[in-house]
Amino acid sequence: MKIVDFNALRLRIILITISFSLFPLIILGFGINKKFSSSYYGTIEGGLRILAESKQASIDLFLSERVAQLTLLANTLDARDISDPAALERLFSQMQSQSRYFIDIGIIDSESGQHLAYAGPYNLEGFNYKNEEWFAKVMAKGVYISDVFLGFRKHPHIIIAVLHREGSQSWIVRATIDSEVFENLVKRVQMGRKGDAFLVNSALALQTTPRFGGNVLQDIDLPFPIEGRFQGVRIDTLEVVYRRYLYARTWLDNKDWVLVIREDPTEKLMPLFETESQVWMLLGGGMLLICIGTVLITNSMIRRLVTAEREKAVLDANLTQSGKMAALGKMAAGVAHEINNPLAIIREQAGWIKDLMEEEDVKASPNFKEIEEAVKRIEQHVERAKDVTHRMLGFARRMEPSASSLNLNSLAAETLKFLETEARHRNIAVSLELAENLPCTESDQTQLQQVLLNLIDNAIDAIGKNGQLTIATAHHPERRELSIAVTDTGSGIPADKLEKIFDPFYTTKKPGEGTGLGLAIAFGIMDKLGGRITVTSVLGQGSTFTIHVPIK
Amino acid sequence: MDKAKVLVVDDERDLNETLVKRLKRRGYETQSAFDGLEALAVLAGEPFDVIVLDVKMPGMDGIETLREIKKRHPRIEVLLLTGHASVESGVQGMSMGANDYLIKPVEIEDLLKAINQAYERKRLATENA
Repeated sequence: MKIVDFNALRLRIILITISFSLFPLIILGFGINKKFSSSYYGTIEGGLRILAESKQASIDLFLSERVAQLTLLANTLDARDISDPAALERLFSQMQSQSRYFIDIGIIDSESGQHLAYAGPYNLEGFNYKNEEWFAKVMAKGVYISDVFLGFRKHPHIIIAVLHREGSQSWIVRATIDSEVFENLVKRVQMGRKGDAFLVNSALALQTTPRFGGNVLQDIDLPFPIEGRFQGVRIDTLEVVYRRYLYARTWLDNKDWVLVIREDPTEKLMPLFETESQVWMLLGGGMLLICIGTVLITNSMIRRLVTAEREKAVLDANLTQSGKMAALGKMAAGVAHEINNPLAIIREQAGWIKDLMEEEDVKASPNFKEIEEAVKRIEQHVERAKDVTHRMLGFARRMEPSASSLNLNSLAAETLKFLETEARHRNIAVSLELAENLPCTESDQTQLQQVLLNLIDNAIDAIGKNGQLTIATAHHPERRELSIAVTDTGSGIPADKLEKIFDPFYTTKKPGEGTGLGLAIAFGIMDKLGGRITVTSVLGQGSTFTIHVPIK
Repeated sequence: MDKAKVLVVDDERDLNETLVKRLKRRGYETQSAFDGLEALAVLAGEPFDVIVLDVKMPGMDGIETLREIKKRHPRIEVLLLTGHASVESGVQGMSMGANDYLIKPVEIEDLLKAINQAYERKRLATENA
């Protein structure tokens, strides 16, 4: 019979079910998460882009306005005013009243580089700029905006210089602007705990003080290269010291400075992360639920399968067994009958010889004693053979299941006879302890006998050689039960195996020697007869199997 | 006291003949018949008191023979010999008018007792008739 490997089947069902149900779930989870986070990132990036654009525009606007102011100033002055400090002072204070960005202002002669007039807190009159780098540049381009530098005053600032020509004369209007202005402009953009914003020139020298890592005028290491001038805003997502940042950068229009804005998306992404973790939790919960459900359902399914398989096995075994027993019974009857007839004849002949031995002439024979002895033995052994055939016939006749009144004592004694020889050959002492006044009960004698045969057979097998086999009957009036206990002095059964011994196909015998069905069938029969079968065993000392038969 | 006249009907020749010899030795007038038809033929020729009839015979079996005998000679006592396995047929035979049944192999003393009882019954029946 094919025995299904239920553990493998269980595993296969669980794996298939789980993979089929989890696969779409996981796809769905990942899909939703990816879509959601990409759109969220898109929103954050868009915000950053707009911010960078507007900041860049306002810085550019600031520079343009200053240049325009200076150009206007240069245009307002005429050749007579330029060397008049009072006129410049007046114009400067006018400008200051509008906006206080300018620290000082000076007019420089484009030929000599000499200060012609100066208005402001410092005493710079008479200072010569001819050899300054910016001087050459403003002469060449007309407008010049410097990088941030410390200058004579050791304070970070920039200068804006505008060249004005009037006829053959030309002069330069030069103004100083505290770079604090730029600091203020970009600082407003430094958001969140890790956000940053700063200006940097094309040589990567900081023009404003960033929040993290560096000071104004220092060089800075950027995690990305500054390409040549480009239009618009470029945004990169970069990992710096195990944190993801968004970097936006854009060139100013009026100056070769780059505005860099760093944003830590973590804070803005909090809702996304929360949603994400919720999605994962839901997903995990769902997966766990599916797994548990699958395992539970599969287990109960397999349990049912196993039960069904067992029942089927026992049923099959019972059918096979009863078929076998019926055939055996028929054969036994046939054999017994065939032997019975010659036995009867032998007996009759012996009887005839005995009759003849009463004749005087036979009595006179010198061998009379011998003949008499021989006849007696013939009769003895005919009697013995008759017992055997009668037992066989009795066994055969009882093959048909039927309830009849029976005495367990005689059943035990009769059944034992079948295996007595076997026990004797193995030097096993058999003792029969029959309870007195055992009441009769209604039960199926054949089936009981079959169970008992099985138990005695097992006991003999358990002993092997040299031991004691005890069969004891008992009456338990309090339980309205009779019992037959078969005790062997075998090796006993370990406690963990005790539960299994009634399982179909459980056997300790070598393959081919036992079907593992004997006890299962016995169990089934006792169950059917309303009785039960119990076992106790002490390892190393032997086992006792007891069948309990209800009194009816 | 006179003894019954006995007809032994059994297909087992050795058994039948030995039984007859043993009965004869004990003073019974005894005859053999080896099947049912022969038994009926013998009965048609002369009267018998007791018939010892084997249930299991080839051809016409014991029960059929019993039926025929009882039909033709209702007063004859019939003892059935049955095998151990066919006690039922013995019981069935009793219900059909057999007077007793014995299980083979049978002790000669038991057989004699049964024959004597049967003969006694027959005599009483005849006297009362």
